[in-house]
Amino acid sequence: MMAHARQFIRQYAFPYLLLAPSLLAIGLIALYPFLQTIWTSLHRASLILPDSTFIGLGNFRRLIQDDGFWNAWTNTVYFTVVTVLFETILGFAIATALNRDFRGRGLVRAAVLIPWAIPTVVSSRLWGLIFNTDAGLANYLLTSTRIMSADQNWLGNPGLAINVAAIVDIWKTTPFMALILLAGLQTIPGELYEAAAIDGASFLDRLLHITLPMIAPVLLVAMLLRTLDAFRVFDVIYVMTGGGPADSTEVLSTLTYKVFFSATQFGYGSALAVAMFVSVLLLSAGFLFFLRDKLEVG
Amino acid sequence: MATQTDTRLTSTARPRLVPAPAESGRVRSRRRTKRLLGSWLFWLAIGLIVIWSVGPFLWVVITSFKLDRDLATLPPILPSEPTWSHYVNIVSGRPFYRYILNSLIVSVATTIVCLLLGTIAGYALGRLTFPGRVPILLGVLAVSMFPQISVVASIYTMLQQLGLLNTYAGLVIPYNTFALPLAIWILASFFRGVPAELEQASQTDGSTRLGALVRVILPLSAPGLFTTAILVFITAWNEFLFALTYTSSIEHQTIPVGIALLPAMYAIPWGDIAAASVIVTMPLVILVLICQRWIVRGLTAGALKG
Repeated sequence: MMAHARQFIRQYAFPYLLLAPSLLAIGLIALYPFLQTIWTSLHRASLILPDSTFIGLGNFRRLIQDDGFWNAWTNTVYFTVVTVLFETILGFAIATALNRDFRGRGLVRAAVLIPWAIPTVVSSRLWGLIFNTDAGLANYLLTSTRIMSADQNWLGNPGLAINVAAIVDIWKTTPFMALILLAGLQTIPGELYEAAAIDGASFLDRLLHITLPMIAPVLLVAMLLRTLDAFRVFDVIYVMTGGGPADSTEVLSTLTYKVFFSATQFGYGSALAVAMFVSVLLLSAGFLFFLRDKLEVG
Repeated sequence: MATQTDTRLTSTARPRLVPAPAESGRVRSRRRTKRLLGSWLFWLAIGLIVIWSVGPFLWVVITSFKLDRDLATLPPILPSEPTWSHYVNIVSGRPFYRYILNSLIVSVATTIVCLLLGTIAGYALGRLTFPGRVPILLGVLAVSMFPQISVVASIYTMLQQLGLLNTYAGLVIPYNTFALPLAIWILASFFRGVPAELEQASQTDGSTRLGALVRVILPLSAPGLFTTAILVFITAWNEFLFALTYTSSIEHQTIPVGIALLPAMYAIPWGDIAAASVIVTMPLVILVLICQRWIVRGLTAGALKG
């Protein structure tokens, strides 16, 4: 009987005992605050006046009619789609190049990793310098090669600013994509390509029928992680444009931050945060559905 | 005429039986040009990749050595008279070292806490089988991916009630929301890689499971611990949203906040910003150059298991 109890403890209690400190920590600093946010979203509450009145779904009714929210939502989706798309293409190209054996490969791999290690605040400043109107490198290169006839006010132009912010994000996170895809490429057995070469398969054949199907699971997981990360973008926008010009770069995180800490409307801000979380949830659910489908086929 | 066509026919009709030597010179040279072109294109691609990755940072380094009058226009591309003045401004004029000190304290403390908690949790998730293991792993991953903005205000109220706003603890505690799941996830995948026989051997020697963790698995997972430490440190060093929200004075603000707020205090001093950027980025660039092998392993550990 005693031995049985000891066996039970070893099997079930021990793992949870080890997990307890971490789960407690995550519960206290992530789960509890998140539930608190949901609760606050049902109230009219502010930072200065903590006394709040329960208003049910009032904040969400306001949110649905709020043009500012939909503008930020659209900008966030645009930013996410553009960055993930280009990160995937560039990351795949870099991974393909690095998958070859050549002299100095380690050094090139380290160089590729540098943008990833630079703080986003710094990379935003760095690209801000390059896209500066008067003395920026971008204007200088594009006008002196006559690609553009006149200097462009990159960050002051509502149509361009969000794309400049997207470039910063693409620059910073392509290394992540490239390295994960490189690890995926290295698991493909070389015999597959040798067999394809004997059959006279072209580059496109090999890409479509060997490489892509083989790395599809890794590719989709990496794209999911990047999508979730891009959707919560804050640093680049806050530092580069602050949401302007004319709200053209306002994303959900920056809008929510302003409602929280400039307007100090904790109730409405919490509703925005919840709406953002639901969007992320739907996005990843869709992705996982697609992923499961792909994994079954592969 | 006739014999010439004949030879050509035979040489193309049976290419597999008679390999390389029988190929006509033209075919061979075309193939060589193709290979040469391919290798040229390959090195061109490598060159573009390196310029894209390093170029913008190099540009900031160049900018940081320019005099203010060279900064207002382009050209000159290179500084007409290289100057250290911006570095002198940053190091002496403003309490910039304070930001660096704050960042160091917060990042090191976060790394230690995450390694302590993450190692035992990662051991349980990586090596033990128990009901609920997979849901917990996925839950941990979900927490690391959810938007920080959805907890930023609640944590603010919490820290305010505890009197922890504008303290180091007020940054280290919330940093665990994203750093701890990251640490657990990477460590679990490293622990899974340690051969089970070694652990069993040590257990038959009479040591407990915890003893096996300390004596056998930890030393074998040293690269994993090192990887986790680097990744958590860099993530904490680069964090901006929480640091911006929970600190309001230079006593506890970190480097990203310092750099973001520079222009608000002074009329965009590009030279000084460039110098500050170089100062805070150099250690990271050196870290990447030295530790790239471990960083790559850590970055890919999570995604490949999924």
